[in-house]
Amino acid sequence: MSTALLETEEMTETTVAPAPLLSAGPSAPGQEAAWSTFTSTPMPVRTDERWRFANVKDLDLGTYTQPLPIDEAAREELLGRSRGMAGTAGRMVFANDQLLAREQFSDSLSQLGVVWLPLEQAMLEFPELFQQYFMREEAILGGQKFAALHASQVRTGTFLHVPRGVEIDLPIEAFHWLHGRNGSCFPHTLIIAEERAKVTFVDYYESADSEAPGLACAVNDLWLGAGAQVTYVTAQNWSREALTFQINATIVGRDAHAKALFAQLGGRHVRCESVSHLRAPGGRSDMLAVTVADRAQEIDARTFQIHEAPHTASDLLYKNSLDDTARTIFSGLIRVDPGAHQTDAYQKVRNLLLSDEAEANSAPGLEIEANDVRCTHGATSGQIEEEELFYLMSRGISKKAAQKLIVHGFLQEAIDRLGQPAIEEKLAELVRAKFAIHG
Amino acid sequence: MPTEELANIDIDRTRGDFRYDEKHAFDAGTGLTHDTIDYIVNVKGEPEWIRDWRHKALDIFLSKPMPTHWASKDLENIIFQDIRYYLSGGQKPSRSWEDVPADVKRTFERLGIPEQERKFLAGVEAQFDSEAVYSNIKKAVGEQGVIFMGSTEALKEHPEIFRKWFGKVIPTGDNKFSALNSAVFSGGSFIYVPPGVKVKHPLQAYFRINAENFGQFERTLIIADEGSEVMYMEGCTAPKFETATLHSAVVELVALKGAKIQYVTVQNWSANVFNLVTKRAVAHEMAEVKWIDCNIGSRLTMKYPGVVLKGRKARGEVISIALASDGQHQDTGAKMIHAADETTSNVVSKSISVGTGRATYRGLVHVPKHLKGCKNNTECDALLINSTARTDTYPAITVRGTGNACQHEASVSQISAEQIFYMQQRGLTEAQAMSLSVNGFVNDLVREFPMEYSVELKRLIDLEMEGSVG
Repeated sequence: MSTALLETEEMTETTVAPAPLLSAGPSAPGQEAAWSTFTSTPMPVRTDERWRFANVKDLDLGTYTQPLPIDEAAREELLGRSRGMAGTAGRMVFANDQLLAREQFSDSLSQLGVVWLPLEQAMLEFPELFQQYFMREEAILGGQKFAALHASQVRTGTFLHVPRGVEIDLPIEAFHWLHGRNGSCFPHTLIIAEERAKVTFVDYYESADSEAPGLACAVNDLWLGAGAQVTYVTAQNWSREALTFQINATIVGRDAHAKALFAQLGGRHVRCESVSHLRAPGGRSDMLAVTVADRAQEIDARTFQIHEAPHTASDLLYKNSLDDTARTIFSGLIRVDPGAHQTDAYQKVRNLLLSDEAEANSAPGLEIEANDVRCTHGATSGQIEEEELFYLMSRGISKKAAQKLIVHGFLQEAIDRLGQPAIEEKLAELVRAKFAIHG
Repeated sequence: MPTEELANIDIDRTRGDFRYDEKHAFDAGTGLTHDTIDYIVNVKGEPEWIRDWRHKALDIFLSKPMPTHWASKDLENIIFQDIRYYLSGGQKPSRSWEDVPADVKRTFERLGIPEQERKFLAGVEAQFDSEAVYSNIKKAVGEQGVIFMGSTEALKEHPEIFRKWFGKVIPTGDNKFSALNSAVFSGGSFIYVPPGVKVKHPLQAYFRINAENFGQFERTLIIADEGSEVMYMEGCTAPKFETATLHSAVVELVALKGAKIQYVTVQNWSANVFNLVTKRAVAHEMAEVKWIDCNIGSRLTMKYPGVVLKGRKARGEVISIALASDGQHQDTGAKMIHAADETTSNVVSKSISVGTGRATYRGLVHVPKHLKGCKNNTECDALLINSTARTDTYPAITVRGTGNACQHEASVSQISAEQIFYMQQRGLTEAQAMSLSVNGFVNDLVREFPMEYSVELKRLIDLEMEGSVG
């Protein structure tokens, strides 16, 4: 990105028809290199281990355009629909990569020296920080092409810098809306928590029309300094016809503790790549996900726990419930680098199959190059036990309701690991809403 | 445990370091072309359908890329043009112990098989280079109607059974190395067990490679007819050579309704051998196939025994032990393809990495369509002895539908310092303690092996652990 970005932003207001994405070119000067990487990188093929099991034919980008403009009526509507949690420290709302609102509910944020700005503004005001952290980690789980697309198209997003020792108690939220048909958006979240800083951040990915086709390609990077604590949640509820990508990198410093949870509810084809770099001793990363997949959804999650330093810990729990003809893919790897002794790494994926047509693919992997370690992983696939259903039904609960209860309980284990009741309740509400719509 | 103490790994490598003069009546030279194929077919006097089969397989082999997008880059060090694809002493397979050449007998001596045991072994099938040199089917087995012979013989003498099953479990184009084997195969065993026959004694074959740059491409086909039972064992060791040797076998098992097959392998190739093996079984209704696999030798082993569970209530099992020492890569695993209701499979894999050794588990479990009552259990445990050792686990599990259950578990650990300390204060040396711990780690699997193998295995582990602590 460059300084021209802001001007481009204003330009889109007057642009009549957004260009088709594949011939769009970079969205601003400075993004040319990313664009040429995007165009020169081939589309994924299934023989690439990183795309194993995935339906790569479903990734065609040809039908989408650059982000569509947002009119005043849509703006009002989406602001009204951006309902997050009751107690938050602040909130930004974006639609089609335009900032609709930025509300700061707590004055203390800026008094404490917290920088919480739209990405393009942070780039101008804090160029050094920006340079140091913006998309510094390469996408290594197969999504390079889409990371490059993001880098060539990103216009805005959240930039959050929490200085040394500052603890923000209430969560900060951002809404990213996709509005209209066949448009696109490129949500970006960059969180930098300095030494001993503490923050909780929630991204909501939503579509105005839950059946409209569209493309979302998000990047979120979390940087944790020594002793920092960051909790990050994505509540993904894109349209049921959306093709979506999300590329996450979490860099954990000394004695820092990262917790990230991805709730996957919407989307037609969802690809989520998440990497934790445990870069210094004492670091810990909790990687969580809950997926409620139904209809013909394909939810493709790839994870990588990289233990680069000794005395680090990572703990992954991915829970998938699958109904109808849904497909889920979990492909995760734990890597313990040479010398990263006293590593404690755990990885677990559990699939709950609710229909005969659903398909769960699990590929939990280990690559261990140090001997003084404790690494385990497990993968299970099963269905609701008849006894459990029978027990609930004998208490007068209908079969359908009993099933829902069991699925909720199944997912709750991962959600509870956040240890933040307000967010847990919000996520449970979103899961309930998905069940309610679907029946 | 301080790693410095473990730094001096010294493994007894002299065991396999022996060789005898090579006397080969037929030698196809190095390299592989369609002419090589014609040469092999002519020398072996094989029927024309095999000639076509081999030529077709060669075309597939040449057209397939190396699987380096997922496999070890070490594969690129195989220079196919420097390998000899056919060698034979020209001996006809011999029937009795007296007919076996003296130098081959000496080889057995060095392998450490006691005289008593040799006599005990029911049907000894020893492979010396490409042809079966010695084939002694126990009288009783023959009388039961069991066919046990070299596959070259079988395709001439029993074409009606051989052709029906040959290449059906593992098609030529399954992978690059199965295509290579299909093009140049020679030697290997053929077993047919008639309905209801339970072969009491395990059938056994020893393989040896004895020529530099010589690739061994044996082809084994075992058919257990309805309700029959058979156990087959193979063990291999090879002299140490200066340039790499390629071993690429194809083993096909067919267990018809209610049949049981156990296939036991103890692999101890010398540290310059590429051991790239395709092994697969088809289990029909109520049939059971069990692969018991132990990999100790070779430079790189890539072997993933599989079972296609084709009939209702079929069962597949893979029990696998891998020991990866300095410079070795044991890339092993299992494939379980569930293709019928109520099929069950079990995979237990244990690996030990020593020095710079690397052990990899690669697994595939597939429960594809609307099956009911399928169950899979997979456990892989890895033990790392030194800080330079490496272990990887890459399972892949696909499950569809609500009637099935799959579980996979893996763990990585090291021998705890407390354990070693405890044993040392009881008077054991560190090496003894180490050996005891490792044997304890694999003990429950070793017990699955037939008695004579488990003894041999324990001895091999002792040997490998000897001096692994300084």
